Amino acid sequence: MQKWQCIVCGFIYDESVGMPEDGIAAGTRWTDIPDNWACPDCGVEKADFEMIKIA
Amino acid sequence: MHPIIIIGSGLAGYSLAREFRKLDKDTPLRIITADDGRAYPKPMLSNALTSGKQPEQLATADAVQMSVQLNAVIDTHARVTAIDTAQHTLTVNGKDIHYARLVLALGADVIRLPMQGDAADAVMSINDLADYTRFRQIISGAKNVAIIGAGLIGCEFANDLRNAGMTVDVIAPSKAPLERLLPETAGRALQQGLTDLGVNWHLEKTVTHVNHGGRSCASCAPGTCTSMCGADNAYRLTLSDGSTLETDAVLSCVGLRSRTALAQAAGLQVHHGIVVNRLLAASAPDVYALGDCAEVDGLVLLYVMPLMNAARALAKTLAGQPTPVVYPAMPVVIKTPAHPVVVSPPPLGIAGEWRIETPEGGVRALFFDAQSKLRGFAVTGSMVGEKNALAKEIPALLQ
Repeated sequence: MQKWQCIVCGFIYDESVGMPEDGIAAGTRWTDIPDNWACPDCGVEKADFEMIKIA
Repeated sequence: MHPIIIIGSGLAGYSLAREFRKLDKDTPLRIITADDGRAYPKPMLSNALTSGKQPEQLATADAVQMSVQLNAVIDTHARVTAIDTAQHTLTVNGKDIHYARLVLALGADVIRLPMQGDAADAVMSINDLADYTRFRQIISGAKNVAIIGAGLIGCEFANDLRNAGMTVDVIAPSKAPLERLLPETAGRALQQGLTDLGVNWHLEKTVTHVNHGGRSCASCAPGTCTSMCGADNAYRLTLSDGSTLETDAVLSCVGLRSRTALAQAAGLQVHHGIVVNRLLAASAPDVYALGDCAEVDGLVLLYVMPLMNAARALAKTLAGQPTPVVYPAMPVVIKTPAHPVVVSPPPLGIAGEWRIETPEGGVRALFFDAQSKLRGFAVTGSMVGEKNALAKEIPALLQ
């Protein structure tokens, strides 16, 4: 399980936690998140933007 | 061939450069910044303590790395003092350089309220990583911090400093936090969440005086301690009701004002921000603006999401495909884990009313216009999970 950070706003996606409120189950890999998903804090779309691996 | 020049290396300048380079790898690009050119997620300044980050760990790349990543020349610690839009030149550190097209990504200045007292100069504000680094040095030995202002930044810092174990006092003239963004019930819910965390509130008050507190070390007279002993780092605030408050540090978070002076001096049209149209074009040919310094079709929105939408549109325009910026509903996330808040403020000047529900653990406030159409919302605490569903129902701000 890895963590990814949005380089624009600092939002952290933790694969082990997922985002259950957005319908993304705990354990969902970053690579399995759909391309139309957007960072909940700054709106940067996955397809448009890169998250950096932090852990 | 003259370069595209971007003034500013904040989120606006660097985001635009990144987006532009996805579309155009070769056009010469030059970024001129008064800072050291480090890239960092600015929203993290107000939750770095909670996430266990030192200021220098917030930077994701330095100017040299950014220069390679963006295939751009980056001039750091360089200040633009004049723009000649007719000649397409800038004056940078006394030298004139030519641009093909110019982008102003200047950001905003913090507003400073006038205060009296012999320590009024000690009031800090945080607008960039350098400010934040100084702030962290100053609070490294502090036990308490007073925050002036109960807006988004003030509340986020209150939560973050409290999480780090500091005593936090917030002083603001409003009746409830986030007065300009939230209906009072929602503001009160946030206030309660932060109160439960231990934040002390001094609402409907202002700070009139900031004085040295009179604590001193053995070798100095009160108020004159110049050593690094720290004993004199305490301040006494006097509030508008005459009460006083002792604190180790004072942080002012009372808002931002678009940086417009350079544009104004260059004869560009300026209102609250640098006036630009939906193509982000200013009032002179080949000059553009985005981010906190820009007033886009009448809107000055000092948040990340509008900035990113502008960066994507302007990147396309600069790459040869003129693209008007679109603003969908853009909820603002307030990072107060003690009681999280998401708000999509109704457009200014729209008539309507808030309808407010207070289910267990949160607030759901919906703003309906005269035609009973949903135009804004605020959700707090247990209700923040509804933000995506609500945002989909709100019409775009700029279609």
